[in-house]
Amino acid sequence: MDVMRLITFPMERDYSLTGPERQSAFDKGLAGAEWYRTPVNRKVLKSLMKRTDWPATRDIAIWVAVLVGSGAGGILLWGSWWALPFFFVYGVFYASAADSRWHECGHGTAFKTRWKNDAVYELASFLMMRNSVVWRWSHARHHTDTIIVGRDPEISGMRPPQLIVLCLNVFGIVAVPQGLVALARNAAGILPPDEADLIPETERRKAIRVGRIHIALYVLVALVSMWSWSLLPLMIIGLPRAYGIWLLLVMGLPQHLGLAEDVLDYRINSRTVLMNPIQRFIYWNMNYHIEHHMYPMVPYHALPKLHEVVKHDLPAPNPSLWDAWSEIIPCVLRQLRDPRHFIRPQLPEGAGEWEPVQSNLTA
Amino acid sequence: MPWIDACALVDIEEEDLVRLDHDGRTYAIYRIWDEEVYCTDGLCTHEKVHLADGLVIDHTIECPKHNGQFDVRSGTAIRSPACEALSTYPARVVDGRVLVEIPST
Repeated sequence: MDVMRLITFPMERDYSLTGPERQSAFDKGLAGAEWYRTPVNRKVLKSLMKRTDWPATRDIAIWVAVLVGSGAGGILLWGSWWALPFFFVYGVFYASAADSRWHECGHGTAFKTRWKNDAVYELASFLMMRNSVVWRWSHARHHTDTIIVGRDPEISGMRPPQLIVLCLNVFGIVAVPQGLVALARNAAGILPPDEADLIPETERRKAIRVGRIHIALYVLVALVSMWSWSLLPLMIIGLPRAYGIWLLLVMGLPQHLGLAEDVLDYRINSRTVLMNPIQRFIYWNMNYHIEHHMYPMVPYHALPKLHEVVKHDLPAPNPSLWDAWSEIIPCVLRQLRDPRHFIRPQLPEGAGEWEPVQSNLTA
Repeated sequence: MPWIDACALVDIEEEDLVRLDHDGRTYAIYRIWDEEVYCTDGLCTHEKVHLADGLVIDHTIECPKHNGQFDVRSGTAIRSPACEALSTYPARVVDGRVLVEIPST
């Protein structure tokens, strides 16, 4: 039996990249389409896109220092309850913070120096149990066809919402086995149809090699854990992806959750949420999500400035995560009964034109 | 191939590029520094996005949509998702004008 079938769940629409929705996206002109972007003066944009190594070097140094400090505390206090707060911090910085480092370095915008982006990207991919090749192509597609059903492989808010899965994934209970099975499948030389749809022939051998390296490292850690008859090695490498991911869900799901599918306007299918400096450090400013999708070449450290430049044309940002989840939760609950329901953000007066291209709007 | 008068040198900032549409095709003309200019196809080989909205860093052009990168001197793809090279065309500066040698129908 295909193991993946045990950890996948039925949806109203076919969210796969090879099903009927794929052709439908092409037929509707939604695949690889032109998207609305708030116009920004070229000189201003160039200054925002400017690359530098310093902010990411500083932030990665802090990140590593927190990981080493909290990890060391957890190891030294292993066996006592005092280890818990150290592992709490370690897990959040291992998993929740690794996602944003993975993301920014995947875009190649965090550092000016290419090898630094690549090195952090590979490390963060491993921590997140993501095949760095597969996910690079997956994320490129996410930017081409953001929340276009049948095209975007990174739609986390499928309808109707799988509340049980969302809740289990607060501790990675579904996502971690899915990630490991996907890596093991790649390690076995298999690229399933959805991955083959994304990755060109020339990159596939590399994807298989990365799958093998990741699986070999995780097997090694598991063997050390068994040999030492201690959970500690896995608490340092592997399990944090499960016990530390909760904050990423809290900060990251609002990116698109509850918003429209199949529209060509980031202002309608993405959400900007204002966060405090600690959250923005962990999340590397990905809370400015509409801005990021409009101009993915702007590094994370310049996104607050980009927000100031384009905000006159965007829906008012949610002032806090609390506010964002206050609109998301009722919407998601209603989607259980009415999967076509979604939140339609209010554009400011005088905002650039948005042409709805989907006919099943019920909001 | 004929040499085409594309634009004035001062129309392109240093470390920047402009788009040139000619005979139904689109090109990108880069000015790296002073009179160092290059010309390539104007669309990214990955998903046909106009490179003119991208970022020039040293001798690379970065696609504005997916951050793929090319060396503007050779057209070589140096960062995925760009995998295929861009075509390049001779470019030079004469009397303050940028000339490019591109195909003509």
